[in-house]
Amino acid sequence: MAIDSDVLVIGGGLAGLTSALAAARAGADTRLVSYKQSTLRHASGLVDVLGYTPDGDGPLVDPFDAIPDLPEAHPYRTVGTEMVREALALFDDAVPHYRGSHTDANALVPTHGGTVKPTARYPVGASAGVASDDRDALLVGFEALADFDAPQAAAHLDAAGVPFDVRGATIRFPGDLRADAKITRYAKLLDADSRVPVDGRDQSVRAALAERVRAELDGEERVGFPAILGDDDAAGVREALADALGAAVFEVPMGPPSLPGLRLEDALFDALDSAGASIETGNPVVDYDGGDRIERVSVEKNGARIPYAADQYVLATGGLVGKGVESDRDAVYEPIFDCHVAHAGDRYDWFEDDAFGDHAFPQFGVATDDSLRPEEADGSTEFPNLRAAGSVLGGYDFAAEKSGGGVSLATGYAAGRAAAEETR
Amino acid sequence: MSDSQSTDFDPVAPNTGEDFEPVDVFDDSDDFDLRPGADSCYKCSTCDTNCPVAEVDDDFPGPKFQGPEQWRLKRRDDDHSVDDSVMDCSNCMRCDNACPSGVNLSQMHNTARGEYVSEELSKLSVEYVRNRLLANYRKSAWLASKVPRLANAAANFGPARWLGEKLLGVTGEREFPDFATETFTEWWAAQGGAAGSKERAREARERRGEPLDADKRVAYFHGCYAEYNTPEVAKALVRVYEHFGYEIVVPEQGCSGTPMFANGMLDDARRDAELNVSSFADLVDEGYDAIASCTSCSMAIRQEYPELFDIDGIDDVAANTFESVEYLRIHEDLEGELADADVGDDLAAEFAYHAPCHARNQGLDRQAVELFGDLDGVGVEDVGDSCSGISGTYGWKAEKYETSMKIGDEMFDHMEAADGETGMTECPTCAMQMEHGTGYDVRHPLELLEAAVVA
Ligand SMILES: Cc1cc2nc3c(=O)[nH]c(=O)nc-3n(C[C@H](O)[C@H](O)[C@H](O)COP(=O)(O)OP(=O)(O)OC[C@H]3O[C@@H](n4cnc5c(N)ncnc54)[C@H](O)[C@@H]3O)c2cc1C
Ligand code: SF4
Ligand code: SF4
Repeated sequence: MAIDSDVLVIGGGLAGLTSALAAARAGADTRLVSYKQSTLRHASGLVDVLGYTPDGDGPLVDPFDAIPDLPEAHPYRTVGTEMVREALALFDDAVPHYRGSHTDANALVPTHGGTVKPTARYPVGASAGVASDDRDALLVGFEALADFDAPQAAAHLDAAGVPFDVRGATIRFPGDLRADAKITRYAKLLDADSRVPVDGRDQSVRAALAERVRAELDGEERVGFPAILGDDDAAGVREALADALGAAVFEVPMGPPSLPGLRLEDALFDALDSAGASIETGNPVVDYDGGDRIERVSVEKNGARIPYAADQYVLATGGLVGKGVESDRDAVYEPIFDCHVAHAGDRYDWFEDDAFGDHAFPQFGVATDDSLRPEEADGSTEFPNLRAAGSVLGGYDFAAEKSGGGVSLATGYAAGRAAAEETR
Repeated sequence: MSDSQSTDFDPVAPNTGEDFEPVDVFDDSDDFDLRPGADSCYKCSTCDTNCPVAEVDDDFPGPKFQGPEQWRLKRRDDDHSVDDSVMDCSNCMRCDNACPSGVNLSQMHNTARGEYVSEELSKLSVEYVRNRLLANYRKSAWLASKVPRLANAAANFGPARWLGEKLLGVTGEREFPDFATETFTEWWAAQGGAAGSKERAREARERRGEPLDADKRVAYFHGCYAEYNTPEVAKALVRVYEHFGYEIVVPEQGCSGTPMFANGMLDDARRDAELNVSSFADLVDEGYDAIASCTSCSMAIRQEYPELFDIDGIDDVAANTFESVEYLRIHEDLEGELADADVGDDLAAEFAYHAPCHARNQGLDRQAVELFGDLDGVGVEDVGDSCSGISGTYGWKAEKYETSMKIGDEMFDHMEAADGETGMTECPTCAMQMEHGTGYDVRHPLELLEAAVVA
C-alpha cells in the first residue's frame, strides 16, 4: 500500500503551491509534499512577472507585451502569455490581500535599499507606497533594524527622481527591544498591541509607536515602515497607526527573513486547504519507483521510506537555493528523478570571473516540452506523468529579469492544470 | 559529557534489567563534528522567524545564534563556553524544520545544552536538581503509580504545590497530571501480553479474510505518559491494531529521552536510549516494525538518537520506527474503513486539533485533520500552526511559565474560536497545556480511531 492521490506535487514554494491549487480547483485529488520552507520566506513578497528583458532593458512598463520577444527556451514562451494571465487570475482570487490586478502595467514599489522595483502584484500593505503616487512620504526606520536605513533609502529614492518629496527618520522602537530582536518579535508585539515599558510606565505599543512617529512627521501624507507591521493582524496594525498619525501607512518590503513572504505563504496554504488538497511538510522526496512511468515516490523520514503513489506528478523543488537542482564539482543534476540538466562539461564555464558577469548558473534547470514535461538530452520525454514548474526549470534568470514569482506562478498553474486534466 | 553528574542523584530506570550494561560510546560531546552543518548556514534567519520563544521573549537570541553561530565561536576559541540562553530553548525543533539549507539546528542545540549542563551548571543548584527531577519524570511517575490515589492527592495539595514552587522552581500554577490506578503494562499483562495479542490478531485476520500467517507484527513503544497517566491511549492503540490483525509485543523500555535532551541531561538520555535500542533492535531484526503513539517519542527514536548517540542497531531501529497512525495509513486502507464508519457516544463531537511541533517535523501535522475529514459525526478543525508553548518540562519551570503561556495564547484563542469544546492532539504535554489554557477535555486521535473502526 501507499498513500494515494491523483496528483502529487513535490515542493511547497510558490510554484508547488500554485500547482497544487490549480490541480485541486480543477477537481483532482491533490497532495502536496514539501521538505523545508520555501524561498518565499526570503523573497520580498512581491510577485514580479517581468521587470527587465534578458538583455537588461527596462524597467518594462507592460510585462505581457514583452513576453513574445523572450528567447524560445524561456518558460513564459513554453506556457504562453494567456497562461500567465490565467495564473495571475488564480492568484488574485486565492490571495485577496494583493493588489495590482487593475492594470497590465508594472507597479513601481520602493524597496528597503531605496531602489524602485517594477512588479506585477504587491501586498495591500505596500500599496500606499507606490512610486507613481505623488503624495509626500516619510520613511521611518528603527535603530535596531540595521537592514533598513530610512534616511539613506529616502536619499536614494530622491536621486531616482520619484515625483514626490521623501524624507527619512530613524527612531527607537518603543519598549527597548534587544539590538538583534527577531522580526517576529516586533510583529507579535504589534499584533497583540502588547504593553511595553516607555519612560517607566506601560503603554500600548501601537500608541507608543505612533507617538514617536508623530514627533517626526512634518505634513507628509504617507508614512513608510519596514515590513514588520504585524503578522496575523497586519491590516489592523496599519489601520491603527494610520488613524493615530492622520496619514496613510505602508510597508517597505525587506530582505530575508521577510514577513510579507511569510504572510503570502500562509495565505496560499490556507487557499490550498480550502480547495481540499492534502498538505504535508517536513520530509524530502528522495527516490521513485517505476520504469517508463513514475509509479510512486518515497518520502524519507529519518531513514524510513514512506511510499506515496499518484497518477500525475509535479516537480516544483526549486533551483539551486531551494535544492531542486544540485551541483557538485563535476555536474549539475536534479536529485529525485535524475532529470537531465544541461550544463557545460567544464565547470569553469558555469560562471564568469566577474561577480556580476553573464553567468550560466542562474539559468541551470531542467528543459521541458510544451506541456512542461522534462526532457532528456536528446529531446525525448523523461516520464509521461511528470511535469516541472518554478525555479527547477532552466532557461531564465529570475534575478536579472525580475521574473521569479511570475514564472513560478505561470508554470505552476500550467503544470497543475495539465496534470489534473490527465487524471480525468 | 563528563561523568560528574552521576554522583548526587541516581535515577533508576524502573524497567532496566539487572544484567543491562550501558556502553559509553561517546564520552565527550566535543566528538560531535557539526562544522559541516554550521558551514551550510547562510544566515537567512528563516529559523529565527520560526522560533516561538524568540517571538515572545526579548532576551532569547534565537536558533541561529544557538546553533551555527555559537558553533563557529566554539570552533575558533577553545575557551568559549556555551551561553546560558541555550536553556531558554524549548527544544520544539521548529527551527530544524525551517532551515532551507538543512542545518541540523536541534542537534547543535542538544549538544550545546548537554555541554552547558555538564560544564557550567552547578550540580548542587536548585535548577540542576529541579531539571533532573523533571527530566527523569519516569522515575517519579513509577513511584507515584504504586500509590496513584495518594500521589494524585498529594501532588495537587495546595501547600505542596506552593512548596514545589518555592523549593524547586516547579510552577504552582499547574495541576499535576493524574496517575492511572492501573498502568498500561499491568493492563497489558492482564490481557495475556504478547500471547493474548497473537490470539486476538489471528481471530481478526480470520474475520477480515486475510491469510492467517500474514506478517503483521509490531513492537509498541508506549512511552511514560501512556504507561502511567493515559493508558486509555495505549489501550486504544492495542484495540485498533489488533482489529487490523496485528500482533503486538510490548518490550522492556525506558523513557524516550525527550525531556532529558531538553534539559541537557545527555547521560540520562543515553542510558535510556541504549535500553530502548537494545530491546527494539532484536525485534526489528526479526521483522517487527516499531510504533509509537506519542509524537515526541517517535521523533526521539527516529531523529535524536541517531543524531546524538552511536548505539549499535540504532539506524535500523530508526528506519523502522513509525508514528502509530501513520503506520496504519501506509499499510491499511484507513480511509476506506473510515468512510463506512461513524461514531456515537461522547466522541461524536467537534474537535479543536492542535498539531504538536514534534509531529510537524515528521510531516504529520495534517494527518488527523485529513484522516477524519469525512468521518460521520465528527469534525476536526485545525487550530493553526502555533506552538502550544509547554514543550514538555519547559512550561513546568516557574521561571518559564509565563513565556510558555504567552506562546500558548495564540493556540488558546484559536481553540476558543473553533466550533468544538473538545481538544485533540497526539502529544501528552500539549494536551496538558490545551487543558490548562482552555479547560477543554483533550483526546488522542487513536481514541477516535478506536471509536470509529473497532466499536
Ligand atoms: C533572496 C530572494 C529574493 C527574491 N525576491 C523576489 C522578489 O522580490 N520578487 C519575485 O517575484 N521573486 C523573488 N524571488 C524569487 C522567487 O521567490 C522564486 O523564484 C520563487 O518563489 C521560486 O519558487 P519555487 O516554488 O520554484 O521554488 P522554492 O521557493 O525554492 O521552493 C522549493 C520547495 O521545494 C522543496 N523541496 C526541495 N527539494 C525537495 C524534495 N526533495 N522533496 C520535497 N520537497 C522539496 C523545498 O523545501 C521548497 O519548499 C526571490 C528569491 C530569493 C532567493
Ligand atoms: S535557517 Fe538555516 S541557513 Fe538560515 S540562518 Fe537558520 S540555520 Fe542558517
Ligand atoms: S528548538 Fe524551538 S525554541 Fe529552540 S531555538 Fe529552535 S525554534 Fe527556538
